Amino acid sequence: MPPIVSVSGLVKTYGNGFQALKGIDLDIEEGEILALLGPNGAGKTTLISIICGIVNPSGGKALVGGFDVVRDFRKTRAMIGLVPQELTTDQFESVWNTVTFSRGLHGKPADPGYIERVLKDLSLYDKKDNKLRELSGGMKRRVLIAKALAHEPRVLFLDEPTAGVDVNLRKDMWKVVERLRESGVTIILTTHYIEEAEEIADRIGVISSGQLLLLEEKAALMKTLGRKTLAIDLARPIDTVPEALAGFNLRLEEGGRRLVYDYHASGARTGITTLLAALAEAGLTLKDLSTRQSSLEDIFVELVEAGR
Amino acid sequence: MNGQAIKAIYLFEMARMRRTLLQSVVSPVISTSLYFIVFGAAIGQRIQEIDGVPYGAFITPGLIMLTLLTQCVNNGAFGIYFPKFTGTIYEILSAPVSMAEVLIGYVGAAATKGMIIGLIILATASLFVDIRIAHPVMMVVFFALTAITFSLLGFVIGIWAKDFEQLNLIPMLVVPPLVFLGGSFYSIKMLPPFWQAVSHANPVLYLISGFRWSFFEVAEVDPMISVAIILGFLAALSGLVTWIFRTGYRLRE
Repeated sequence: MPPIVSVSGLVKTYGNGFQALKGIDLDIEEGEILALLGPNGAGKTTLISIICGIVNPSGGKALVGGFDVVRDFRKTRAMIGLVPQELTTDQFESVWNTVTFSRGLHGKPADPGYIERVLKDLSLYDKKDNKLRELSGGMKRRVLIAKALAHEPRVLFLDEPTAGVDVNLRKDMWKVVERLRESGVTIILTTHYIEEAEEIADRIGVISSGQLLLLEEKAALMKTLGRKTLAIDLARPIDTVPEALAGFNLRLEEGGRRLVYDYHASGARTGITTLLAALAEAGLTLKDLSTRQSSLEDIFVELVEAGR
Repeated sequence: MNGQAIKAIYLFEMARMRRTLLQSVVSPVISTSLYFIVFGAAIGQRIQEIDGVPYGAFITPGLIMLTLLTQCVNNGAFGIYFPKFTGTIYEILSAPVSMAEVLIGYVGAAATKGMIIGLIILATASLFVDIRIAHPVMMVVFFALTAITFSLLGFVIGIWAKDFEQLNLIPMLVVPPLVFLGGSFYSIKMLPPFWQAVSHANPVLYLISGFRWSFFEVAEVDPMISVAIILGFLAALSGLVTWIFRTGYRLRE
């Protein structure tokens, strides 16, 4: 199946000379949830804005459903729903009217039954006659999602959907995203929260300084993440790793005061028991033990730092 | 053509008018009544009639034009500026609509609002003075063309404006002097020759003259010149808007 969104060599230089995107290549499969991680100003919003038609690309191409976002903008934009980062709403409008407006704007005939379902799914139905300014921030965020879904899009962009949202609401939002995915909608979300990407994404992309540094299945990433290290602090420093411990691939650090052992936490056998027995047999006295798991955050920070 | 989108924008804008009924409708009616009292009753005592038209009736087309121009420019400017200001413009920019469709929605709504208010002023005026319309078809032509042209001018201002100051600059500083000096309340024949010549440089003079002609068959200039001037203005604005849409000026980076 061809990718639902296909971006190649996408470049954006703003009028003030700032190069926000430096050649992005990215294919997004239909039905997946892709999380784009990156620091502020990395180019995440610019990338989304180009695909949605808010910003014109300076170079390269973006296709949605096989259509060019500039040339065939009617076809591509009809397929896309966008939830912007800022809570931009028409304060004086009612929830029902603003969502109905969005559907019409995307060229779809009125369908009160569908709008009702969307509002119910987002627990907004009892607020349908409220003016937007009467709603809390979290509720406004839901209204923006309802507006983005009003025309039954195949691709949904969520730009920082949980920025400034409390923990409970964030969990609710994840449930909403999960339900949308079950209905077959492709979801691309940008986030600062690595935890969020870990929780809901199928694939994770890392963007920094206008470049896509990494794009990988979450499962594969988690495998890398599953790697743990065991640090063994010794009572007395040693010069070399004893011959008897050669099979464990130990590293000697801290001037011989620490042995480091890499293992896989998810493996059937971690080898820790054998190692500890071997250490005792080799006559080494242990002062302390600690384990550490590398997180997505470590990989992220490492990538972003290296990209600078 | 995305007819649904045009309808959505148009109805959305008309809904704004319903929400602000007091400000949109009642206030122009009150100010027009005040003009009638001040100009009609006070000055009308001294100027009985101009070109054979009773003074109260003479100023009616000018008053309608004053309101129509101000309302259309304001509505046209505010309609597109407000989403830019609040940020909701993202939705218009990411929707499957061409800018021409966006324009038809906003300008159509602004012109409709202006015309509704213009007709209310006409009805209010007929309570004070006796109004007859000699050329109803031409009256509608002037009325509608002016509404569309000045709503379009408002739309351009709304796109150009970066803040509320700029948004109000032309509607408040440029439009009222042009209307007041365009012969709304007097015939320019009453002016010294120099000021008569200056007045002919004012495009609004031609609008008011043509519009008044459709009522009373008295005009400062040939009504066909009035039609030509307004069509020329409309064409110039359309050209400007085409350029704005092609370059994405202040809309799309």
